Amino acid sequence: MAQANRSMEVGTGLFVLLGFAALGFLTTQLPASGLQLKRSSASYSVIAKFDDIGGLKVGAPVTMAGVRVGQVNAIGYDTSVYRASVTLSIDRRYARIPDDSDAAIQTSGLLGANYVAITPGGADTFLHAGSQLQFTQSAIVIESLINKLFANFSSNKDSGDDKKGSSDASK
Amino acid sequence: MSSLSQRRSMALDALGKIGAVSLFLLRVLGQCIPALARPQLVLKQVYNAGARSLVIIMLSGLFVGMVLGLQGYDLLQRFGSESALGVAAALGLIKELGPVLTALLFAGRAGTSLCSEIGLMNATDQLAAMEMMAVDPVRHVVAPRFLGGFIAVPLLAAIFNCIGIYGAQLVGVTMMGIQPGTFWSQMQNSVELRDVNEGVIKSVVFGAACSLLAVYEGYHAEPTADGVGLATTRTVVTSAVLVLLLDYMLTAAFL
Repeated sequence: MAQANRSMEVGTGLFVLLGFAALGFLTTQLPASGLQLKRSSASYSVIAKFDDIGGLKVGAPVTMAGVRVGQVNAIGYDTSVYRASVTLSIDRRYARIPDDSDAAIQTSGLLGANYVAITPGGADTFLHAGSQLQFTQSAIVIESLINKLFANFSSNKDSGDDKKGSSDASK
Repeated sequence: MSSLSQRRSMALDALGKIGAVSLFLLRVLGQCIPALARPQLVLKQVYNAGARSLVIIMLSGLFVGMVLGLQGYDLLQRFGSESALGVAAALGLIKELGPVLTALLFAGRAGTSLCSEIGLMNATDQLAAMEMMAVDPVRHVVAPRFLGGFIAVPLLAAIFNCIGIYGAQLVGVTMMGIQPGTFWSQMQNSVELRDVNEGVIKSVVFGAACSLLAVYEGYHAEPTADGVGLATTRTVVTSAVLVLLLDYMLTAAFL
C-alpha cells in the first residue's frame, strides 16, 4: 500500500514538474518580449527619436553590424517634437558606442519583423545612460513606397492628355 | 398543439439543466476550500486525471505538431515564405489547438472515468452511506475530482503545446530543411506574451468546464448500469460541444 502511494506521489510530482516546465518554456522562451528572468542584467538606456517607427515593437532587437547588443524597452510619442520616442536598452558590454552613431529601423527579410540597427559614428565621446541618438532613419513602409511607385507610373502614362490621378505626383 | 407544448417542455428542460449545473458548480466551489484541507485526496485526483493522461497527450501533441508542420509547409511554400512555419505552428498550437484538443482528449480520457466512478459509487449506495455518516460526499468525492481536473488541464495543455512545437520543428527543420535559426527567431519575434496568456486562460476555463460536467453527470446519474453508461456518453458529448462553444466565445472576447 505504501509502495503504491509512493509511486502515485512520484508520478504526480513528475507530471506537475513537467507541466510547469512547459508553462515556463512557453512564457519565457517563446515570446522575445516575454517575462525575462534577468532583465536587469547590466544595461543602459538611450533614447532615439524617429519620424516613423513602422511596425517596431517593444522587445525588438537592437543590433550593430548584425550582432544583438540590446533591445527596445519602450515606445512613446513625444508631443513636443511630434516624433516617436524609442527607448533602447543596450548591454553594458557595449559601452563604447560613439555618441554620433546613427540608428535606423530596418526590416529582417522582405516582410519580417522590424529591428533597430546602430551604425557607429566617429566621435571620441561615447553614449551613456540617458543620452539621445541624434541621427535616425525612419522605417521604410513598403505600402507607401508602392503608392509612390504607382503615382509615378500613372503620372508618366497620363502626362499627355488624360487627367486621371496625376495631380500631386508631378514632383 | 402537442408539438408546441412538447417544444416548450424541451426548452424548460434545457433551462433547468443549465440552472442545475450552475447550482452544482456553486455547491462544488463552496466545498473546494475545505477539500484543499485534505491535499492527499486532491493529489490522487491530479494523478488520475493528469499524470495518467500524460502519454496520450504527448503522443497526440507530437502528431498534431507534425501534421501542422507538413500542412503549414505545403501552404507557406506556395507563397515562398516557409520560414514563417514556426510562427504559424506556434500560434496555432498555443491559441487554439493546444487548449481545445487537450480539453477534448481530457473529456474522453479522464472525464469519462470521473463520471462513471462517481456514478457507480452512487449506484452502489456509497454516497448515501457517506451522508448517513454525516460526511458530505460533495466535499470528499466530488470536489477533489473537480479540483484535480481543474489543476491538470492547463498543465496538460502546456505540455501539449511544447511537444507540438517540437513536432512541427521535427518536420519543418529536420525533414523539410528550413533553417532552424529562422524557424525559432521568427517564432520568438512574432509570438507575444498575450498569445500565451490567451491559451492558458482558455485551458483553465476548459478544464473547469470539462471537470464540472463530468462530476455533475456522474453525481446525477441514474443508479443503474444503464444510467451510468448514458451519463458517461452525455459527459463526452456535452463536454465537446461546450468546449467548442466556449472556445468561440473566448476567441471573440480576446480579439
